[in-house]
Amino acid sequence: MSTRSVISADVLRIDPARETERIVANIRDILLNQLKRKGAVIGVSGGIDSSVVAFLCARALGKERILVLFTPETDSSSDSLRLGRMVAESLGARSVVEDISPILRGARCYERRDESIRRVVPEYGEGYKSKIVLPNLIDADRYAIFSVVVQSPNGETKKVRLTADAYLGIVAATNFKQRARKMIEYYYADLLQYAVAGTPNRLEYDQGFFVKNGDGAADFKPIAHLYKSQVFELAAYLGVPEEIQRRLPTTDTYSLEQSQEEFYFSLPLAKMDLCLYGKNNGIPAAALAPAAGLDEKQVERVYGMIESRRKVTHYLHAGPLLVEQI
Amino acid sequence: MQTGTIAQQVRGFIVENFLLGQDTGFNDRDSFLEGGIIDSTGVLQLVAYLEETYGITVEDEEVTPENMDSLNNVSAYLCRKLNITAEASAPGIRESVSGGNV
Repeated sequence: MSTRSVISADVLRIDPARETERIVANIRDILLNQLKRKGAVIGVSGGIDSSVVAFLCARALGKERILVLFTPETDSSSDSLRLGRMVAESLGARSVVEDISPILRGARCYERRDESIRRVVPEYGEGYKSKIVLPNLIDADRYAIFSVVVQSPNGETKKVRLTADAYLGIVAATNFKQRARKMIEYYYADLLQYAVAGTPNRLEYDQGFFVKNGDGAADFKPIAHLYKSQVFELAAYLGVPEEIQRRLPTTDTYSLEQSQEEFYFSLPLAKMDLCLYGKNNGIPAAALAPAAGLDEKQVERVYGMIESRRKVTHYLHAGPLLVEQI
Repeated sequence: MQTGTIAQQVRGFIVENFLLGQDTGFNDRDSFLEGGIIDSTGVLQLVAYLEETYGITVEDEEVTPENMDSLNNVSAYLCRKLNITAEASAPGIRESVSGGNV
């Protein structure tokens, strides 16, 4: 038997009842004593994170003190609104649908995005769909450089490496979506004297999978300390509808379906979870590898990727910096 | 074209584009990523600069840390690339680069 300690995937298991009580008590304290707000606005996407946050807020504050907000736009999957409504109905909570497409058209979000795509795919236009994807970063030493995948109206797809200008143009334009959503959330927060709940899990919060002043903005973030697999545990405990628990995590930002894996993490989320845990707890790559179903070199690459993402994320988390403390 | 000249030109580009024109005196061997000098978007900008300045096409599989992650790596990559395509790319080479801090 090897004397080297090997990590099990069970290290991430939590006691969901106890964790729920802890979060619920914190939400009450934050709203009542720190923020002095009367309830919470939760933008619900039909994904598991925002659904869990809605369930936690309802438990903490009462269903009459939460507002569930849906903000679909032209590229949103119809599933998102359907599943979001399922959350509000399960909770018996008030909900509002705000289609943000007109705001986005006003900001020329789609137009600017398409102009940027045309820098590398000149024929891109009406009837085309697109998404941006990363290469496999686990099996070789590569940069996290995006390509755009376009699908023509007759279904042909092609993948082209983005230039810096095209990449930045696409991201800058699509970031209007998250910022428009946040603007609507704060409209209702101002109207009702509520606080805005942020819905990132630990992977997203730590690795910068959010838009600064978009979905990164919120008054409190009640599940930012939880690994994704722990969010799943809470979802099952809280009774989040099963279809939402089974749904593949998606960005729901691009017109072609795009998994979070291909957009950001390069790895199934359960594996990414374990790697982040390993990195946070100083576990050597060799000891973590069996539990993550990866080899030692792959885990080392993921550790390196986590570190470089953290450098980029520093800017995303930073508030306005001052010349001197006041 | 000498390796030293290429390294100087690329340093000039990096200083102008990523370091607000302030040469921090980073070493030719220093990793751009580890030193926080260039992130992956920056690598795309570096690739565009190399293609435009030296008249080469950087293939997807060539965009690797081995080729791009330090001045030495970039110089070595460019030398290999220019030798391979020396005749075709030589007329496209520009001696001047943006910025003057080299």
